[in-house]
Amino acid sequence: MAAVLHPGTAAASAGETRSLRWAFAGMVALVALAPLAVYPVFAMKVMCFALFACAFNLLIGFGGLLSFGHAMFFGGGAYLAAHSAKVWGFTPELAVLFATACTALLALATGLLAIRRQGIYFAMITLALAQMVYFFSLQAPFTGGEDGIQAVPRGKLFGVVDLANNYAMYAFVAVVFLGGFLLIWRIVHSPFGQVLKAIRENEPRAVSLGYDTDRYKLVAFVLSGTISGLAGGTKALVFQLASLTDVHWSMSGEVVLMTLVGGLGTLFGPVVGAAVIVTMQNYLAQLGAWVTVVQGAIFVVCVMAFRRGIVGELGALFRAKKPV
Amino acid sequence: MDTIFGVPTQALFGQLLIGLINGSFYALLSLGLAVIFGLLNIINFTHGAQYMLGAFTAYLLLTKAGLGYWWALLIAPVAVGITGILIERLLLSHLYKLDHLYGLLLTFGLALIIQGVFRNEFGSSGQPYPIPPQLTGGQNLGFMFLPNYRAWVIVASLVVCLATWFMIERTKLGGYLRAATENPALVQAFGVNVPRMITLTYGFGVGLAALAGVMAAPIYQVSPQMGADLIIVVFAVVVIGGMGSILGAIVTGFGLGLIEGLTKVFYPEASNTVIFIIMAIVLLLRPAGLFGREK
Repeated sequence: MAAVLHPGTAAASAGETRSLRWAFAGMVALVALAPLAVYPVFAMKVMCFALFACAFNLLIGFGGLLSFGHAMFFGGGAYLAAHSAKVWGFTPELAVLFATACTALLALATGLLAIRRQGIYFAMITLALAQMVYFFSLQAPFTGGEDGIQAVPRGKLFGVVDLANNYAMYAFVAVVFLGGFLLIWRIVHSPFGQVLKAIRENEPRAVSLGYDTDRYKLVAFVLSGTISGLAGGTKALVFQLASLTDVHWSMSGEVVLMTLVGGLGTLFGPVVGAAVIVTMQNYLAQLGAWVTVVQGAIFVVCVMAFRRGIVGELGALFRAKKPV
Repeated sequence: MDTIFGVPTQALFGQLLIGLINGSFYALLSLGLAVIFGLLNIINFTHGAQYMLGAFTAYLLLTKAGLGYWWALLIAPVAVGITGILIERLLLSHLYKLDHLYGLLLTFGLALIIQGVFRNEFGSSGQPYPIPPQLTGGQNLGFMFLPNYRAWVIVASLVVCLATWFMIERTKLGGYLRAATENPALVQAFGVNVPRMITLTYGFGVGLAALAGVMAAPIYQVSPQMGADLIIVVFAVVVIGGMGSILGAIVTGFGLGLIEGLTKVFYPEASNTVIFIIMAIVLLLRPAGLFGREK
């Protein structure tokens, strides 16, 4: 059953590893050159969401757990970074680290609850827990309610580099994004990642082999939540804003959509998906509520006819042309 | 004025009544979700949107066709149920062989489409819907004032819930349904048309959501977002109750409505989150839910 859900699994054969390395080199080049072609803030937005989607994909694509509440980590990270940078005067790297550490704790607490059920229940539980965080953010004194936390200072990196400069900020975001991406790559191909995939394919068998599957799932959940928090914290500094949009359930839906469009269980899929969806939102912004309709339609089309996503389909094409 | 635990009785009973009303809708919606889940193994994320569609059908029947509440109560569930049947036949039925999570994603996408279209058409603000003339006014019970319409909603939803329970647990048709939940292949072999039963079950569950929507129209206003946040609370209700039993869904729905009402009296800050907190506690103590069985 689970194998059907993950058509584009990143296999670790030597040839695949080589093409993944080339793809990564291409992505680094693209990140380096993007500010010449597009507006830096737009490119930074894509990178923040791409990291968010990669973190989400770590859980669904490699662990087989569909979380419908990842907005709580993204939004939580955004609020924590914004508050610590604005009110406590943290330098940007400290603010982001603080946000990441706190979301790790949040992920630990919610993960302990959520992994007690599987499949559809897991999705509903994460959604409900995220809604709780949403109401907390609405009412808590430090989040600014409907206004959010505005005019967050970007500050000076290590007290030296002024991030108010868009290009300095861009370099910071690029390092965070590429670092996070490499971390996820490493996790997926580590022994831990292999056990995670085994659990995804057949949990009872993994249990019978002696693996404490709950612990593996919890660690995957915490890692995924933590990296989402990192993405959210960085995003708060880029836009100098943390708001309720970041914790709302529609944000959880958006990250599912990005990953689905790009390709579940592929390393680069979420990056491509995030780029596609963020670009689409940019161009369709003047259409107002139609954006929701278009997103819903993409969901339906992807689920009905395009389950491997862009990268998954490309991978399948590639493999079909070059029989092993 | 009388007080209980330092709270005026008027306020207490008022909130309990609101709790019962909310509980009626939790019960109706989680019942529909449980019926659909039982046979299709799909969590119907569109449920909130279909509840909203029910309310809007009532609103449009009144403003465009001049048909009042009682007609709406009849027409809306059937009309929305038919759209549900179309969704099942055209889309959902192709996904049964795949992981059940795809059903969740598909219905989530459908909910986005439906809510987006209505937001474009009607804006985000609510449209008022009048209480039917037969049910205006109220009764003075001595300790509180009970509006007739609210009493009707509580009674009607109880009746619908119990009728559904009776149909599923006590009739031959319900027997087929429960058998198909346990082992669809075997029931098919006995000559029961299981795919048609699945289709009709989805239509029925969706119709229940639309019925709840019509009943909700005069209480909450009719707005495109009315189902979106509600459905998340209903998911939590479903997790708390567990989906093993129909009666469990009803009891949990009403019970949690009451608890939410009480929280509004004694600790209003937590009234939005109390159901989620209860969900967390239940997950710690009884992961399968209060009435659920581990599969």
